Amino acid sequence: MVELVIKALFMLLVMMGAFLPLITWVERKQAALMQDRIGANRADLGGIRAIGLLHPAADVLKLLTKEDVVPAGANRVLHLLAPVISIVPAIITLAVIPFGGIYTYGETKLNLVIADIDWGMLYVFAVGSIATYGAVIAGWASNNNWSLLGSMRASAQMISYEVTMGLSVVGLFMALGTLRLPEMVYAQDATFRVLGFLEHFGLFETLPAWLSWITLPSWGIFLQPFGFILFLTCIMAENKRPPFSAPEGESEIVAGYHTEYSGMRFGLFYTAEFLEVPVIGALVATLFLGGWSIPWLPQETLLGVLVPVAGEGFGTTLCLILHVLTFLLKVVVLVWLQMAIRWTLPAFRYDQIMDLCWKIILPLSIANIFVTGLFILVVEGLR
Amino acid sequence: MSVTLFYVFAAIAVAGALSMVLNVRNTVAGALSLVGTMVALGAIYVLLDAYLIGVLQILIYAGAIVVLFLFVVMLLNLREERYPPARGLIGKFVGVAAGAGVLAWFVTVLPGALPEAAAVGEDFGGYRHVGLALFRDYVLAFEVTSLLLLAAMVGAVILAKRRI
Repeated sequence: MVELVIKALFMLLVMMGAFLPLITWVERKQAALMQDRIGANRADLGGIRAIGLLHPAADVLKLLTKEDVVPAGANRVLHLLAPVISIVPAIITLAVIPFGGIYTYGETKLNLVIADIDWGMLYVFAVGSIATYGAVIAGWASNNNWSLLGSMRASAQMISYEVTMGLSVVGLFMALGTLRLPEMVYAQDATFRVLGFLEHFGLFETLPAWLSWITLPSWGIFLQPFGFILFLTCIMAENKRPPFSAPEGESEIVAGYHTEYSGMRFGLFYTAEFLEVPVIGALVATLFLGGWSIPWLPQETLLGVLVPVAGEGFGTTLCLILHVLTFLLKVVVLVWLQMAIRWTLPAFRYDQIMDLCWKIILPLSIANIFVTGLFILVVEGLR
Repeated sequence: MSVTLFYVFAAIAVAGALSMVLNVRNTVAGALSLVGTMVALGAIYVLLDAYLIGVLQILIYAGAIVVLFLFVVMLLNLREERYPPARGLIGKFVGVAAGAGVLAWFVTVLPGALPEAAAVGEDFGGYRHVGLALFRDYVLAFEVTSLLLLAAMVGAVILAKRRI
């Protein structure tokens, strides 16, 4: 029980205490960089500006002291409930994401995931499907036509992309053979010979040694490059940030489903969006970038090096720390990627979003499943 | 622990269902109560070790079907006064009597009629068993069902769009 609370606190602290405020800062600084300006640097605490790092605190203060308006004719209960509903899924998704492997200390085993459940990915999808309600309820309860339009768009967009999000990772499930996220990472904590498949086509009896040296980590992104692109697109559309920001539609429908929100309730919608960025990063890192695993250095090899040098307990702890740091580094890389996409692409029109989902991503992800199945049949396991 | 959780989720499910039925004037609130019931039912399935059904309950019913309900309700923009509840005294009386009868039947007859619960296997309710059953043991029935769904989908499109 204590172990569980500590792991949950660690995850919350890293995501909400470190990533969340930093991302609000990175968002502004990256926007400034892309648009050739200096960016937020005016928050001032006794002459200390710290390159704008005080802005997250200033934001929260501003939002907390603003008036909290519930518009006339709005459904009060639902209007107050909607921001909460939109932030909960982002937080509870963290429960199944492993931030480290399984480490043995004598008798006890330390498994660095809050909830190690066999149906981990299904849980992620189920929680993600609940996230739709935040935007839908917010728009309806505001008694404002712009809000209602925004929430209609949000519900259609999020349901559509849920379908393709599920289908785009089926190929990965086939390649890794499990839905349990810690097991998926252990399956990726290995290498495979890039040209190994030639043996199955009769070109070589066994691959020559110099060709066997060409290896890659058996990460999802190398086993399922198409799946990676499709899944990242879908899950970014689920997040409703630009370029998929039609539900908010600043240039058309004021601010979409959160037009009528002010103060910290508006802040909660933004917190949910920003929090989803590192959560998406963590999920994509776990599925496609091998989670905590260090490339070309499986856990056993690493322990084999560290334990003789540093001793049993300390060596294992060192390995644990290296793994957690690797995981966080991958999350940072994926957050950077999402930010770069967000500030590079112009926002899609609403019909373009739906076309992309049903006419491009859906057929491609079904084709991906069939090609993966054929490959597994021919090569007998991608690994 | 799991018994306590069962009572908590069962109470949520019943409260949601009652709120859905009683919210005749406010369709959206009714649909949202249905979501509460669905999520609570999903949690109860998980408590019963039927993980896959529990997750699918939330994923499909709460996450997709009720969202579509809401979508349609919002699109039609139903206002509260347009659909007043039925006011027939006889109808109310019959309804209450039927409900009380079903409740009495549940309480008196059902507990004795249920078979003894059998112990379930290690991987009961997981996606592996259901997947093997669907795609190996009953693959023909599964494929025929998918054809049926396809026909229904094409039919719905033709009904909705006069000109394709």
